[in-house]
Amino acid sequence: MLRYIALRAALALAVAFTVSLAAFLLLNVAGDPAQAIAGEDATPDVIEAIRDRYGLDRPLPVRYFDWLGGVLQGDFGTSYYWHKPVAELVADRADETITLALSALSVTIIIALPLGALAALNPNSWIDRFALGVAVSAQAVPNFWLGLIMIILFGVMMPIFPVSGDSTWKHFVLPAFVLGASSVPAVMRLTRTGLIEVMGADYIRTARSKGFRGWPLLRRHAMRNALLPVISVLAVQLGQKFGGSVITESIFAINGLGRLALESILGMDIPTVQMLIFVFAIVFVAMNLLADILNAALDPRIRIG
Amino acid sequence: MSLLDIQNLDVTLALPNGPLKAVRDVTLTLEPGESLGIVGESGSGKSMTALALMRLLPRSATCEAEALRFDGQELRDLGDPAFARQIAGPRIGMIFQEPMTSLNPVYTIGRQMTEATVARGLLSEAEARRKAIDLLDRVGIPDPEGRMNQFPHQMSGGQRQRVMIAMTLMLDPELLIADEPTTALDVTVQAQILDLLDDLRRERGMGLILISHDLAVVAERTDRVAVMYLGEMVEQGTAQEVLYHPQHDYTKALLAAIPRLDGPARVPAQEAAAPEVEKVISATNLCREFHSRKGLFGPKKTVRALDDVSLELRRGETLAVIGESGSGKSTLARILLGLDLPDAGDVRMLGRPVLDLPGAERASLVQPVFQDPYTSLNPRRRLSEIISRPLVLRGEGDSASRLAAVKDAMEKVRLPGRLIHAYPSQLSGGQRQRVAIARALITEPEALICDEPTSALDVSVQAQILELLDDLRAKMGLTCLIITHDMAVVHEIADRVAVMYQGRVVEEGSASAVLDHPSNDYTARLLAAAPRFGATRDLEVVQ
Repeated sequence: MLRYIALRAALALAVAFTVSLAAFLLLNVAGDPAQAIAGEDATPDVIEAIRDRYGLDRPLPVRYFDWLGGVLQGDFGTSYYWHKPVAELVADRADETITLALSALSVTIIIALPLGALAALNPNSWIDRFALGVAVSAQAVPNFWLGLIMIILFGVMMPIFPVSGDSTWKHFVLPAFVLGASSVPAVMRLTRTGLIEVMGADYIRTARSKGFRGWPLLRRHAMRNALLPVISVLAVQLGQKFGGSVITESIFAINGLGRLALESILGMDIPTVQMLIFVFAIVFVAMNLLADILNAALDPRIRIG
Repeated sequence: MSLLDIQNLDVTLALPNGPLKAVRDVTLTLEPGESLGIVGESGSGKSMTALALMRLLPRSATCEAEALRFDGQELRDLGDPAFARQIAGPRIGMIFQEPMTSLNPVYTIGRQMTEATVARGLLSEAEARRKAIDLLDRVGIPDPEGRMNQFPHQMSGGQRQRVMIAMTLMLDPELLIADEPTTALDVTVQAQILDLLDDLRRERGMGLILISHDLAVVAERTDRVAVMYLGEMVEQGTAQEVLYHPQHDYTKALLAAIPRLDGPARVPAQEAAAPEVEKVISATNLCREFHSRKGLFGPKKTVRALDDVSLELRRGETLAVIGESGSGKSTLARILLGLDLPDAGDVRMLGRPVLDLPGAERASLVQPVFQDPYTSLNPRRRLSEIISRPLVLRGEGDSASRLAAVKDAMEKVRLPGRLIHAYPSQLSGGQRQRVAIARALITEPEALICDEPTSALDVSVQAQILELLDDLRAKMGLTCLIITHDMAVVHEIADRVAVMYQGRVVEEGSASAVLDHPSNDYTARLLAAAPRFGATRDLEVVQ
């Protein structure tokens, strides 16, 4: 088990390193950063001055290892726009995004797992069709549109929840629902197919022949097997919640990382964008690592090869 | 009072194209401590009967009966929760055909064994554990205490079936239903499991229903035999009566179809062969190792699938390669077909090294027939396409000549011509295997290599396929290598036999010599383990 975790962690580290390189190259090779910072009408002198000031005249490998060295020490550089250390900027805003992502994932779990399980236990019944309907609509509806509709419904027509800001838990209800809804189809369907497959498995028949029925059968024999694939997908979905926060945070005016990403892209704040890409990617990698470890803990076939 | 009394049981399956009666009007009784064998082909309704009794029928099935009494109690009066509480487990236990998948992969053996007794409040956790260890010991699992903490995937199929049996016994059922308990296991393991079941029945005075497609197996171990055909019970009686005085035509056909070790020997293909026999395929000193690692940095494990194997296949003969699963038979077949390369040694076809032969030419020398006719044919192609495929690949002939060749091949394997545009899903298992043979024959190869060509088929169908292969050999001078685990198949069709054990050929010789006077321990064990009719007859004599 320990070996397995160590191996997975090493792989995750390798991925993280690759991601850092990609994040750096995307921003520095795709265009001239000095030109971008200076704006379209800047004179060559200004551009040269910016290049000099931010050290953009140095060769690419030097700048990368300089940046990487800083990252390893927790120094992500200084924001061109806010003139503050990027790490501080990100740390300030991380809370909101973490709250949003986790509550969105909870929404996904609360809707998708029971719905998927009910659909699986009553295949081709009305509940199964209803679940399918929910999945199709959630898949088809874009996030920003659902956000606006939610604002009209629950902010304007029935003002139950605040629609802008992040000071109380109530502020997070609508954005969490909007962000969480986008993952419902994938998770619901996987739960459904997983559980249908498990309920048809030979070992469930064995358990039934021992007299297990209903909830004990589900809890003792079906649940863990059916959840194995769902866990992996939930991890990926949580990673996507961080990325998805860009749109949702903008709609609901939540001052989190997503909004910071948008602002720094608009403001050509390369160190901040670079760090955010890196952070989002690391979250993704970490979540996958966590899913691998959870799967190994739950499935002895992985744990003891 | 009878332990079990089923009167006029009907099971109906709701299929898309209308209802199908899978079980019709089945009546059977079982006395306490008695053993009953239910025999029939797949689809004859024997499993459905057992599943109906255990209320494990698929959703689409409904069952009706005039009486379904267990120990005097009418089971139809019980609601499902009451049935699950009172009957399923503590009174009727069931073991299934698929030991590899019948245990939950994510829980330990110990948990799965003890959970039912503990959940029912019959024993404490510690008592249940002690009982489980005792039972594992009884069914012949070495180191039962250590095994309690292991998971199913760490055990072999035979061990899992033993665990399954022990698990069922945890609740001390009065009736044990064993649905094809040994079909998925090797022949030597099969005999052990069946003996174990029989011993346990005597020890505990349990009723036993043994469901099998293998009449020989059932005849040997049960007091009474019931034969099912197309959902109906066509014959019921003592094992002796049914075996030696069968009344129904189907039972007679079933008996005649069983390949028997003690039947009349076949006439060998070429007893007085010319001194210079042409070798179609010769393999010398083949070695093949497989390496596997646990994870990326795990220790390397080496499995010797083939260890210095030499073999030759002579023109016009049928050579059987026999051995248990894992003995290297299939690896050998793949290498002889040129689908895999040996680490050492060489394979020659008609004297030429197989490596020098281009694929198309190799295909005209040797063709395979695989074990599972259900998965080895492309479900989306018509028979005409499947059978003519080798010709298309070799760019031979035009569509008219190919069609003629297909018709010719279908005739050879006795497939009705009207099936030429059918899809594999419309055919029975036996017909599909005929298609596979027709496809193999169309390039007019020197030799066929058949990997367990009949083990997925019912016994009556198996007999037809073996007869077909033998016929083709006689008529076309076809050379054939048959891989099998079934001694009786060897007896039925082979001229020569090679016995494989752990990657080595431990014995080789003419079929009659090897079967009658095995010189190797392992061969003798294989032979002793093969079920045969003689057993019941001997018993009769002793009595």
